[in-house]
Amino acid sequence: MISARSLTKRFGDFTAVDGIDFDIAPGESFGFLGPNGAGKSTTMRMIAATSTRTDGDLTVLGLDTNHHGPEIRAQLGIVPQGDLLDEELRVIDNLTVYGRYFGLPRAYVRRRAEDLLDFAQLREKRLSRVEGLSGGMKRRLTIARGLINNPRIMLLDEPTTGLDPQARHILWDRLFRLKEEGTTLVVTTHFMDEAEQLCDRLVVIDRGRIVTEGSPSSLIRRYSTREVLEVRFGSSRNEEAARTTAGIGDRQEVLPDRILIYADDGENALQAVLDRGLEPVTSLVRRSSLEDVFLRLTGRSLIE
Amino acid sequence: MTTTTGPAAVIDKTMAADPARARRWGWWAVVEHLVLRMRRYIATLLITGIGSPFLYLLGLGAGLGVLVDEGEGVGGVPYLTFVAPALVLASVMQTSVQENVLGTFGGFKWFNMFPAMRLTPVTPAQMAVGVQVGALIRVLPLLGFYLIAVVAFGIADPLRALALVPVGVLLSLAVGFLVMGWVSTQEHDRGQLSFVERFGVVPLTLFSGTYFPLDTLPGYLQPIGWVSPLWHAVELGRAAMYGHRPGIDLAAVHIGYLALLAAAGAWLSVRHFRRRLDE
Ligand SMILES: Nc1ncnc2c1ncn2[C@@H]1O[C@H](COP(=O)(O)OP(=O)(O)OP(=O)(O)O)[C@@H](O)[C@H]1O
Ligand SMILES: [Mg+2]
Repeated sequence: MISARSLTKRFGDFTAVDGIDFDIAPGESFGFLGPNGAGKSTTMRMIAATSTRTDGDLTVLGLDTNHHGPEIRAQLGIVPQGDLLDEELRVIDNLTVYGRYFGLPRAYVRRRAEDLLDFAQLREKRLSRVEGLSGGMKRRLTIARGLINNPRIMLLDEPTTGLDPQARHILWDRLFRLKEEGTTLVVTTHFMDEAEQLCDRLVVIDRGRIVTEGSPSSLIRRYSTREVLEVRFGSSRNEEAARTTAGIGDRQEVLPDRILIYADDGENALQAVLDRGLEPVTSLVRRSSLEDVFLRLTGRSLIE
Repeated sequence: MTTTTGPAAVIDKTMAADPARARRWGWWAVVEHLVLRMRRYIATLLITGIGSPFLYLLGLGAGLGVLVDEGEGVGGVPYLTFVAPALVLASVMQTSVQENVLGTFGGFKWFNMFPAMRLTPVTPAQMAVGVQVGALIRVLPLLGFYLIAVVAFGIADPLRALALVPVGVLLSLAVGFLVMGWVSTQEHDRGQLSFVERFGVVPLTLFSGTYFPLDTLPGYLQPIGWVSPLWHAVELGRAAMYGHRPGIDLAAVHIGYLALLAAAGAWLSVRHFRRRLDE
């Protein structure tokens, strides 16, 4: 469905996307996971054929993005990072106006807009102006808008950034339904839990380059242990404590505010820490996540 | 009875976007969006649209006109006849400028119109054309109200008055595309947007032979009129409404000049839209 080879985007002499390769299959949900400025949105814009690539090849639905923008976009549902809604118009008008840009008949667009209002749970807001909506409602409206043309591929740039946990779960549920129907999803995110929830497969991207690729669970298996022990000794004492904990578990990461100890059995590791006479202020055993994969690969946390 | 419990499918597989139709009609979808936005202040539009023609014609005809006509009118016609086509067209120019300044700048910055359209099959050229047609949707009723007033005041017969319509459309496109070509390069509003009105529309209205013939101005000011799209339109308008002589003889020049401005403005606009929308 989407195929990129040595895809590159430069702004002046700054390289935002630095020769990346990926292939996305029909029905797959594919993620770009990376920190701020990694080049996720830039990549999404090139896929959406709204940004001309500097170098390499990129085809979407078999068409070259540099030459077939309108034909490609006709089949895409695009949810940009900033919602780009017309805030002075009413909710329903934002849907119908947008639907008409796809050459869809007026009567059809009206009907479809009503269905999507239900999908986005915005029926009570039907006649409200967008400016009065909450962030989560605007995000849902943007997703509904992106669906109006019955796209074959949905591009979602940070679908849940800035939303509270409940709103995020509602959105994930909606996207999950789309995925079950066989719509191809391409998602960018810097949330590990989101990537784990939504993506069959993902690439970790950092400074415009792909660092690794795989399914969330395979990445965790490859780059991390089953469990992680997080211990805190107070910010000034972590370094010092780390000298004593050395050797416990498979691997350790010393961060300014805590020490991460990677081990298949976290409770065992904690016991070992206590046995060495250390008394952590707090301790937590959790499952490994993509955050740990990212830390392992780049030496930095995903959200600074 | 069906046994499915879940909600209906989200994607309707029976209907897909129609890129060919979008390629032909994308500009019209832009117009629909603009009209929907206009509906929010339709009352203001109607009141000024209907009110100003009558006020201007009444004011100038009953006031200035009486004074001027104590001589022998202007170029052999009563002042009101002389000034009416110019008033109509000056008003057309002002409306087109307003729609284009707000529509173009706002479309990029304030209401996300172009960036959102960019996510659809609509092309930058269709956006530019759509905004011009949107401006015409305000210009045409305005022309209509003026023409009703012109006929009501007995200034011209209805058929001759009607000939102002194509002149108004051409003028609106010429100034509209030019303004759009410039505004689309402006990233921030630091007050420069209001310059178009203050240092563009107002002086052009004063020095385009609107209220008095161009040749009453000192020679060094007359070139302002020659480059002014309003002057060329007004010459055409007068030719149409009362057979104003040089206007008829030079009609091809006037039409050609306005068409040239429109084409140059359109070319610039599309170029700037393309560049700005390619991130
Ligand atoms: N139009 C532009 N001109 C110049 N530089 C740009 C432009 N767009 C993006 N960049 C730069 O390219 C880099 C990647 O930006 P991008 O928006 O793709 O990051 P991102 O991964 O989406 O980050 P975030 O998580 O913050 O959304 C950044 O350093 C950004 O400053
Ligand atoms: Mg981004």
